[in-house]
Amino acid sequence: MTKEIIIQAIISGLLMGFVYALIAAGLSLIFGLMEIVNFAHGEFMMMSMYSAFWLWALFGLDPLYALPLCTMLLALMGLATHYGIIRPILRAPMLAQICATFGLAVFLRALAQFLWTPDFRTIQHPLVEGRVDIMGIYLGLPQIVASAGCIVGFAALYLFITRTETGLALQATAQDREAASLMGIPTDRMYALGWMIGAACVGVAGVLLSTFYFVFPEVGLQFALLAYVAVALGGFGSIFGALLAGVLIGLLESLGGLLIDPSFKVLFIFTLYLAVVFMRPQGLFGRF
Amino acid sequence: MSSSTVPSAMNSEGAQTLQAALAEPLRARLSLRTKLAGLLGLLALLTYPFALNTPFAHHVMILIFLYALMAQSWNILAGYCGQISLGHVVFFGIGAYSSGYLFATYHVSPWLGMLVGITIAAVMAVVIGIPTLRLRGHYFAIATLVIGESVQIVFQRWEFVGAASGIWLPIVREHPYVNFQFNESKIPYYYIALAFLVLVCLAVAYLERSKAGFYFRAIREEPEAASSLGINVSLYKVIAFMMSAAFMAMAGTFYAQYVLVIDPETVFPLALSILVLLIAVMGGVGTLWGPVIGAAVLVPLSEATRIYLGGTGGTVDLMLYGALIVLICIFRPSGLLGLFKHRRVRALLREGSKRGNA
Repeated sequence: MTKEIIIQAIISGLLMGFVYALIAAGLSLIFGLMEIVNFAHGEFMMMSMYSAFWLWALFGLDPLYALPLCTMLLALMGLATHYGIIRPILRAPMLAQICATFGLAVFLRALAQFLWTPDFRTIQHPLVEGRVDIMGIYLGLPQIVASAGCIVGFAALYLFITRTETGLALQATAQDREAASLMGIPTDRMYALGWMIGAACVGVAGVLLSTFYFVFPEVGLQFALLAYVAVALGGFGSIFGALLAGVLIGLLESLGGLLIDPSFKVLFIFTLYLAVVFMRPQGLFGRF
Repeated sequence: MSSSTVPSAMNSEGAQTLQAALAEPLRARLSLRTKLAGLLGLLALLTYPFALNTPFAHHVMILIFLYALMAQSWNILAGYCGQISLGHVVFFGIGAYSSGYLFATYHVSPWLGMLVGITIAAVMAVVIGIPTLRLRGHYFAIATLVIGESVQIVFQRWEFVGAASGIWLPIVREHPYVNFQFNESKIPYYYIALAFLVLVCLAVAYLERSKAGFYFRAIREEPEAASSLGINVSLYKVIAFMMSAAFMAMAGTFYAQYVLVIDPETVFPLALSILVLLIAVMGGVGTLWGPVIGAAVLVPLSEATRIYLGGTGGTVDLMLYGALIVLICIFRPSGLLGLFKHRRVRALLREGSKRGNA
């Protein structure tokens, strides 16, 4: 095993890691706001991938051009989910909240299979394709673009939350709903905004993934599973923790698959998660 | 539990006391009418296989019993003790694999294998429970979900138990009751599943009135307060986990003997963990009859929709199913049992106001 292969594994792990990070950031944002885990997050991603696929298949629109449209679509989906499902169960027991989002996931997956069959689909000849060779290290161009897109998306999210007034209002709502409400922040609209942004994050990731990954109704499951682990590993509600955990997971997946056994790569991630959580029950950056 | 369950200040105090009263178990002695109804129900269940004597009619009832058994075991940990597990399928799989492996390799009677499976499941519950039960709310849920997925991956690669192809149980014609295999008719399976379900329901009914049951509910409502009252919170959480795992393993052995083929894809799927949870939530968690009602509604519904709507490869049945769950969570978070409770409470309130006016 040469040095190049290991470096290549590290870099492709990093590239995937940023995609995981953006998916997890959306999840984490929603959780931080209202302590609800969106178990339909993977299905949101699947919907975003399908919207990119159909825009390409029907109108020849490349996913990179379709990105703003798909992101908006997903934001609308997040908004609809908030007002249709989440708002009525904000005060329900945690179990009812878990079940409601699981039910939504089952529904969306079945809907996708019903409308578009369980076939695996791919977008052929996207705008960016092929691979580059940097000193003996081969990297797929779509992966690089996806990763860069996710980094930009994450940076935008971070700046929005820390630098704008609306972002600060979001943070205030996450910290103390009652106090924020007394300060004149429309907390209900903040929740809706949180769902829009959370869904938009996973929407961006989904569109970028669709340039090099299969699109099928169950695609969200594996990504969502890693995103839950990333969110719990980073600490529920911590967006920065989600970034770090996402990158860590990407690295571990790629290196573990290369050095030990590809069929066990998910197991390494799970083991790391369990080990961290047993020592630090609130995750790496979690507030308890 | 997490802060999201604490009723807000906006709720009137009356509503709070009402909720507290609702959460109280019914300790009143069963009335003659309830006893008679129960007896009649049991009689109907006992004569059912002969009244409707088709394999399909038996199969549906067996599935109801099996899922009710699983949902009830999950209910012990999640409903009564408040620890929401998303990886309960681990114990189901352990039960199926223990008896299945012993039977396929050494021809050990599955009844003995079931006891072995129950023991292993209970030990595993301690091993898994001690570190995970310290975690709160969603952290526990995600940790159990991850453990469930990990165990599935391990079983998929584990050559000792057949790896991904699993175990095919040999078909044996003699001594059906010793070998827990009935090739001629499903009726013995029907009665065994019913007996298992009755057993777990009796255990839960006993639990509801026992000291441990009160400890469990105290831990669910206020772990800190329970601990300050001298309840060993971690010990009782582990006990709840063990009980729950043991009954789940029983269901696993039954499944292995009923289907006679087990592999990691069918006995360790995440979907089964979720299904068990959904059944319990649909019926009403933390109640004796909730899981049974949930299974009695969901299983026939999914069979019927699969037959009438799912035949052409469509997934209309799953869509209905998902939508139904969402609707129940929105409109009846306390489950279908909540419908009855609601009526009873309203009746009580009416009576109370009448008395107040007089």
